[in-house]
Amino acid sequence: MSFKVMLPTAFTRHTEGQKQFASTAPNLTGLLTEIDSTFPALGTQIKDDEGKLRRFINVYVNDEDIRFLGGEGYAFQDGDEVMLIPSIAGGC
Amino acid sequence: MEYSCTAYELKCNECGKRYGNRPLSGCPDCLAPLEIAYDLDSARGEFTREAIEAGPANIWRYKRLLPIPDGFQPDLPVGFTPLVRAKRLGKRIGASNLYIKNDAVCFPTLSFKDRVVSVALANAQKFGFTTVGCSSTGNLANSVAAQAARLGIKASILVPADLEPAKILNTLVYGARLIRIDGNYDHVNRLCTLIADEYNWGLVNVNLRPYYAEGSKTVGFEIAEQLGWRLPDNVVVPMAGGSLIRKIRKAFKELIYLGLVEDKPVKFFGAQATGCSPIAVAVREGADNFIPQKPNTIARSLAIGNPADGPAAAKMIIADGGWAEDVSDVELVSGIQELAETEGIFTETAGGVTTAVTARLYAQGRIHPDETTVVCITGNGLKTTDALAGRYEVARAIRPRLADFDAYLKELDGVSEPEPELVAAGDVRVL
Repeated sequence: MSFKVMLPTAFTRHTEGQKQFASTAPNLTGLLTEIDSTFPALGTQIKDDEGKLRRFINVYVNDEDIRFLGGEGYAFQDGDEVMLIPSIAGGC
Repeated sequence: MEYSCTAYELKCNECGKRYGNRPLSGCPDCLAPLEIAYDLDSARGEFTREAIEAGPANIWRYKRLLPIPDGFQPDLPVGFTPLVRAKRLGKRIGASNLYIKNDAVCFPTLSFKDRVVSVALANAQKFGFTTVGCSSTGNLANSVAAQAARLGIKASILVPADLEPAKILNTLVYGARLIRIDGNYDHVNRLCTLIADEYNWGLVNVNLRPYYAEGSKTVGFEIAEQLGWRLPDNVVVPMAGGSLIRKIRKAFKELIYLGLVEDKPVKFFGAQATGCSPIAVAVREGADNFIPQKPNTIARSLAIGNPADGPAAAKMIIADGGWAEDVSDVELVSGIQELAETEGIFTETAGGVTTAVTARLYAQGRIHPDETTVVCITGNGLKTTDALAGRYEVARAIRPRLADFDAYLKELDGVSEPEPELVAAGDVRVL
């Protein structure tokens, strides 16, 4: 099982310019651990002092917010496209 | 075009780092939204009641506390919309000191978004963008399209595909490129963050957002000035992303800091549609428990299920002793009709939400009848007429004959005799 993780430009200063990478992590917790290992500076940027994903980061799986798929309980599927992206404010 | 300005700069809400002035959507370090921080003390002696009142009758009278580059000469008379006493609506809902801040008539595109776009596009020019754009639920699209046309800047605008037809037409007519996205606002917004990464566009609510959002402060400045340089007890504000409510508060705080109004507590009340109410739910259940929602409401301009400013808005409302409520689509339609029938103000669906929530807040006793309360109406009903589809029967036509008219009136309500003349001929008096 393998899936693609995509990153916005804001994160690529911690990934030597890489905007995507392949992962085999079973779930979001595993993906964050993998990022800690592969891109430690990115791990520091996207997590807060308690080690949790910062609330200003959204995770999408195939265009769906991972929170609507069960959040940390969601098991990544082969071929998933996972995107980490800062949330942007909008509206009134 | 190069401007310099040192009276304001970007500052991170969370970690406090400052970033000068540039197009930036979030803090490069902690990713939190950025805001504009002012050197308020530098405005002392310049941002006075007298100086403001001597200014033009539009938002540019507050230019000194807007992030406008030095040398920028605004020429679009946006804002300074009416603050009207709402006696008839007040009587119906049990309020004796109720005002409507009516941005349904804001220039040029009939929503409060004209304020924010004016400020955003001033900065888009400063930063040298030749194409501007936005993600929008309609009103912002209209305003960016219109104001970009006036400035001669290309506009590319992204909207959810199911937007109200009037809002789509009101974007296309200005010559903007409208890109319909098969998804809701949150999908469109996410795509715009990626576009900001790849294209050198000035996206007003993405990489220009900190500047754009400051335009909302003018609603607060105007409320205070139009109340005779005093603050209300309460403000009721529609919430999509939760930005406007925070910026009105910021305006009040700046006026207090500069001594232009007397310091007093103001409660802020947020209004959402039940079909998309993450901020209202967070206020009721505790701001730390913020859960995104999938929007399902006809109030599309409020349909942001995952608002980045939402947690901060919820915290602010709670901290100031306010509250938030949400109403159903049926209730919001009644709110539109009630505002129109009592005050002659035709608002869009978001205004129906705000009106209906206001009535509920009085009914709940959360707002005391005598307190000075301002209800913010942010958009015009002509843009969302589909919300009233089937509500009114269009009468058959009659021939242009008095006999036909008499018969028609009798058929309608039984009136068969003309009403007596109120003033006899030759008895005209000056009252």
